[in-house]
Amino acid sequence: MTDITAEQVEHLASLARIALTPDEITHFAAELTDIMHAVEQVNEVAGDDVPPTSHPIPLANVSRADEVANVLDREEALKGAPEHDGSRFVVTAILGEEQ
Amino acid sequence: MAKAELMDYEQALELFEPVIGLEVHVELSTTTKMFSAAPNEFGDDPNTNITPTCLGLPGSLPVVNETAVRYSISLGLALGCSIAESSRFARKNYFYPDLAKNYQISQYDEPIAFEGSVEVELSDGRTYQVPIERAHMEEDAGKLTHVGGATGRIQGAEYSLVDYNRAGVPLVEIVTRPIFADRDAPELAKAYVATIRDMVIALGVSHARMDRGNLRCDANVSLRPRGTEKLGTRTETKNVNSLRSIERAVRYEIQRQAAILAKGGSITQETRHWHEDTGATSPGRPKSDADDYRYFPEPDLLPVEPSRELIEELRAALPEPPAARRRRLKADWGFTDLEFQDVVNAGLLSEIVETVAAGATPAAARKWWTGEIARLANQSDREPSELVSPAHVAELQGLVDAGTLTDRLARQVLEGVIAGEGSPQQVVDARGLAVVSDDGALIAAIDAALAQQPDVLEKIRDGKVQAAGAVIGAVMKAMGGQADAARVRELVLERATA
Amino acid sequence: MSDLTRKTAAELSALLSAGEVSAREVTDAHLDRIAAAEPSVHAFLHVNAEGARAAADDIDRKRAAGEELGALAGVPVAYKDLLVTTDMPTTAASRILEGWMSPYDATPVAKTRAAGMIPLGKTNMDEFAMGSTTERSAYQVTSNPWALDRIPGGSSGGSAAAVAAFETPIALGSDTGGSIRQPAHCTGIVGVKPTYGGVSRYGAIAMASSLDQIGPFGRTVLDAALLHDVIAGHDRNDSTSLTDAWPSFAEAAQNRDLRGVKVGVIAELNTDGVQDGVRAQFRAALDVLAAAGAEIVEVSLPKLEYAIAAYYLLMPAEVSSNLAKFDSVRFGLRVNPQGGGTVEDVMSATREAGFGPEVKRRIILGTYALSAGYYDAYYGSAQKVRTLVQRDFAAAFAQVDVLVSPTAPTTAYKLGEKLGDPVAMYLGDVATIPANLAGIPGMSLPVGLAAEDGMPVGLQILAPAREDARLYRVGGALEALLHETWGGALIAQAPELTGGAR
Repeated sequence: MTDITAEQVEHLASLARIALTPDEITHFAAELTDIMHAVEQVNEVAGDDVPPTSHPIPLANVSRADEVANVLDREEALKGAPEHDGSRFVVTAILGEEQ
Repeated sequence: MAKAELMDYEQALELFEPVIGLEVHVELSTTTKMFSAAPNEFGDDPNTNITPTCLGLPGSLPVVNETAVRYSISLGLALGCSIAESSRFARKNYFYPDLAKNYQISQYDEPIAFEGSVEVELSDGRTYQVPIERAHMEEDAGKLTHVGGATGRIQGAEYSLVDYNRAGVPLVEIVTRPIFADRDAPELAKAYVATIRDMVIALGVSHARMDRGNLRCDANVSLRPRGTEKLGTRTETKNVNSLRSIERAVRYEIQRQAAILAKGGSITQETRHWHEDTGATSPGRPKSDADDYRYFPEPDLLPVEPSRELIEELRAALPEPPAARRRRLKADWGFTDLEFQDVVNAGLLSEIVETVAAGATPAAARKWWTGEIARLANQSDREPSELVSPAHVAELQGLVDAGTLTDRLARQVLEGVIAGEGSPQQVVDARGLAVVSDDGALIAAIDAALAQQPDVLEKIRDGKVQAAGAVIGAVMKAMGGQADAARVRELVLERATA
Repeated sequence: MSDLTRKTAAELSALLSAGEVSAREVTDAHLDRIAAAEPSVHAFLHVNAEGARAAADDIDRKRAAGEELGALAGVPVAYKDLLVTTDMPTTAASRILEGWMSPYDATPVAKTRAAGMIPLGKTNMDEFAMGSTTERSAYQVTSNPWALDRIPGGSSGGSAAAVAAFETPIALGSDTGGSIRQPAHCTGIVGVKPTYGGVSRYGAIAMASSLDQIGPFGRTVLDAALLHDVIAGHDRNDSTSLTDAWPSFAEAAQNRDLRGVKVGVIAELNTDGVQDGVRAQFRAALDVLAAAGAEIVEVSLPKLEYAIAAYYLLMPAEVSSNLAKFDSVRFGLRVNPQGGGTVEDVMSATREAGFGPEVKRRIILGTYALSAGYYDAYYGSAQKVRTLVQRDFAAAFAQVDVLVSPTAPTTAYKLGEKLGDPVAMYLGDVATIPANLAGIPGMSLPVGLAAEDGMPVGLQILAPAREDARLYRVGGALEALLHETWGGALIAQAPELTGGAR
C-alpha cells in the first residue's frame, strides 16, 4: 500500500505547473492515497505474460501524404492568445534553460 | 561569468582519457512538418507556417508524415542500423513555452532504427567505426526570441516572443554509443558530424545547413583517469552549430574537466552551452531528478511497422557508403592523394560533387572550393558552404570557360555573389565586369599601343613572336583588365601578318 | 407550432422534406423552448439564436431552390462544449478557456453543418468531461428534467438534459468512461458510444485520447442512428479514425426482429449492488427480449472487476499530458501572480486559478502514475488489465451477439450527494468503463422507471468492435416493443418543467 505524502503532491504539482495552495496539497495527499489504494489492485492480475494494450483497436502505419493542408491565417492563430505583438506570442521572462 | 580554469591540452591527455558521445539532430527536408500539414520552410514570417496542430490548439491531433518516415528509414539504413519491425511514438512531457503542447512527440523505447555503425575518416586517413545506438523520429520546438536585458540571451530578458513556424519540423536524432577515441576525440567528433552531414545530403533527406540549424550537435564529454575502467561524469554541451566549433567544444570540455579533476574536484552532470564568440562553454540547467519526462506511448498515433518490401526498396535506393564513395570519387576525379585529402579534410566533398554535377570539371571545382572560397571563408570565420552554392560556383566557372571572365574578374564576381548581389551572371551584368569581346574596341586599343611601340610589328614579322607581349600588356592595361589576353594576342599576330 | 419540439428528428425530417414546415419554424420553436426551459434546466452554456436562425433561413432558401439536401437538413442539433466551433465559444466548461473562439471546426461539427443541421448551441458538461454529474462545470449546474433536484448524469449532462427537455431533438456528446450512456440512462433517452475510431476526434478537446469517443443522443434509437450516420466515417486528421465503410445505422434501427438473437447478461454487472428498481426494470426488459424470441444467457467476464482501477490509472495519465497545453501562452486564460514572476510562475498561477478541483486531482494523479519509478506498477499494469478486459469481451462475444447490463447501478441521484466522495462517484462508472477500455460500441436506451424514485432506467447494450449496427438492430426492436407497452416513448411520461427554482 502506497501512501502519497504532501511533499510528493507538492513535487507533482510543480511538475504539472499548478500552484496548489497548502490546503489543496494536504487535501489531495489524503484523497490521492485513497484513490491509489483503490486502483493498486491492477497489479494482482498484470502478469509478465500479459502484453500491454495502448490502443483499443489495433492499427498500424497510419500516415498522410506530405502535402500542405489546414494552414491557419496568422491573425486567426494569434487572436485567441492572452498577449501577442501582431506576429508572435508574448510570454513573460523565462527562468529555466531550454531543454 | 567567471572564466573557467583550463588545463593545458597535452597535459590533460597525459592524465585522463576522454570518452565522448554525440547526439546529432537532423531536420528533414520534407514539404510539411512531422505531424502536421503545415509547410516546413525556413525563414518565413513568424507564425505563418502553422496549423491547429502546430499550436497545440484544443482538439487538434497529430498525423504522421509518410515522407518523414521514409526519410528516417533511409537514414537509419545508411547508418547501418536495423529497422524496427514495430516502432512507436511516445510523449516526452515537460513545460516550455516553445513546446506548444508542453510535451514533445518523440520515440522512447521503440525507435525506428537501432544498432548501427558509421565509418569515419580522420585527416590523416585513419578510420574509426563509430557505434550508433539508435536513430529516432521526433518533432522540433518553436523559436524563442528574448527581449530586453543587455545580452539578448535568456538571462536578464524582460519578456520573450514565440514563433511556432519551426514547431513540429521533423527531426531524426542520431545517438552514438560511447566513443573511445582517446586523443582523436575532438577531431573525430568533427569528422563524425561531417560524415553525417555528407550522408544526409547524399540521401537527399536534409538541407544540412548547420547555420540554419538543419544539423545540430550535442556533445557528451567525460574523462577517466588513465588506466581506469569506470566512465567519469559527463557533461552535455549544446548549441554547437558548426563543424569547427564541435572540435573546439570537445577540446574545451576536456581541458576544463581535467583542471577540475586534477584538483580533486568533481564534475557536475549538467547541460552546458557553447558560445561561439568566446570559445567557451557555460553551465545550463543541472540534470536532476526533476527531469522526470513521464514518457508514455503517444495515444493519438499508431505504431509504424515498415514492411520488408519498403525497407528493401529504400535500401536498394541508398547512395553508396561514405568510404566507398570517397574511393570512387577519388578515382573519378583523378585527384592526387594529397589533393583528395585536402578536399576531405576541408569537408568539401559534397560541394565538389554538386559543383561537378552542375557542370564544372573536377579540377576547376576543387580549385575554387579549396582555393578562393576556402580563403574567404577563413577570413570571415565561416564555413565555405555557407558562402556560395555549388550551382553558382559551376556557373562562375562556366563564365570563365566561355571567355566572359578572366580568372581575376571571376574572383571579383565571386565576391559579389558572396555579398548577396545575385547569381554570377547577375553580378557580371550589374557590375559590368565582363571581358571586352568587341574586336573593334580591342583593335583600337592595339592600334594605339602599336603607335607607341612601332618596332613590335617588325620584330614579330622577323619571327620574334614574344615581342607581342609588350603590346598585349599595354592593351590589357588600357582595357582595365576586362579583355581576354588570348584574343588580344591573336589580333596582334593577325596585324603583323596582314 | 410549439409541438414541433415534441417531434423526433426523424419526424421533423419528414415534415421538412415534405415542405410542411420550414427549418426556420423548427428552429424558432426550439429556441422558444430553450428560452422557456433554460431557467430550470441550465443545459446550455451558449445559445446560438442568431446563427441558428441564419442557418435555418439558408436551408429554407436551398430547399426552395430545389437543392439536394441531406435527411437531417433543417433539423436542430446541440453540441457538447468540448467540440470546437468557429461561430460559438468553446470552453469545455472550464474557466481556463472562458470566451475562447476556435479558428477551426471539430470534424463532427463540420459534418453536421455539411448535412444542413441547425447549430442551436453548446451544452454544459463536467469541466473537461471529468465527472458523472455535470456538477463540475465551472459555470453552472444542469438539472435533470425529470426531477430538477437530481443530476442529469455526466459528463455530457447538458446534451442529455437538452434532449430530454425537448430543447433539441438530438445532440452530440463524448464518452470516455460512460459520459454518453450514463446521462442517457439518467434522463430517459438514447445515447450511443460508437466503436473507438468510428467518429473522428479531431476538434474534440481531449480528455483521455485512447478512451474518448464522440457519439449521438436522441429521444429514440432511430434519431440517434440518424445522427450517427452523419458523423461516422474516416477523417484524415485523426490517425485513430477507422477507414471502415459503415452500414446505415438508421436502417439497422428499423429492424423489428429479435428472433434467434443471443443476448448475454454480464453476471458481474447484475449484482445485489444494483438499486432494486434498476434491477427490476432490467429484468423486465430481458423478459421482453426473451418473449420476442431472443435467447438470454448469462456470461461471466471475470476481469471486469479490475476495469475501474485500470481506467483510473490510464485516464488520469493521459489527462495529465493532454491538459498540459492549457498554459496561458497561445490561448485561454492568463493569470499573473502577485508581484509578477517568470513564465513558469504565470503558467502555475493560471492553471491553479483556471482548473477546478476534479481536474487538478486527475492531473496530479496522472502525473504520479507516469512518474519514473511508478510507470510499470501503475500505467504499465493498467495497460495489461486493458488486454485482459479485451480478452474477456472476445470470449463473451464468441458465445453471444450482444451483451447487456444496467447502464448504471443507480438512477440519477440528488445534486450534491456524491460530490465530496470521488471514489464513490468513480464506482458509478463500473458498467460503462469496460467498453471504453476495449474500444467496443455501447448504447443506453430507456427501459422503464424505477419504482422507488420514478427515475428512468437505462439498459446498456454492448457489441463487438465495428458492430455498432447490432446495437441499433437490437435497440430499435426492443424500443418498438417497449413503446407498444407504454403507448409511446418513455420520455412522454416526464413531468412538465415547473418554474426556475431548483
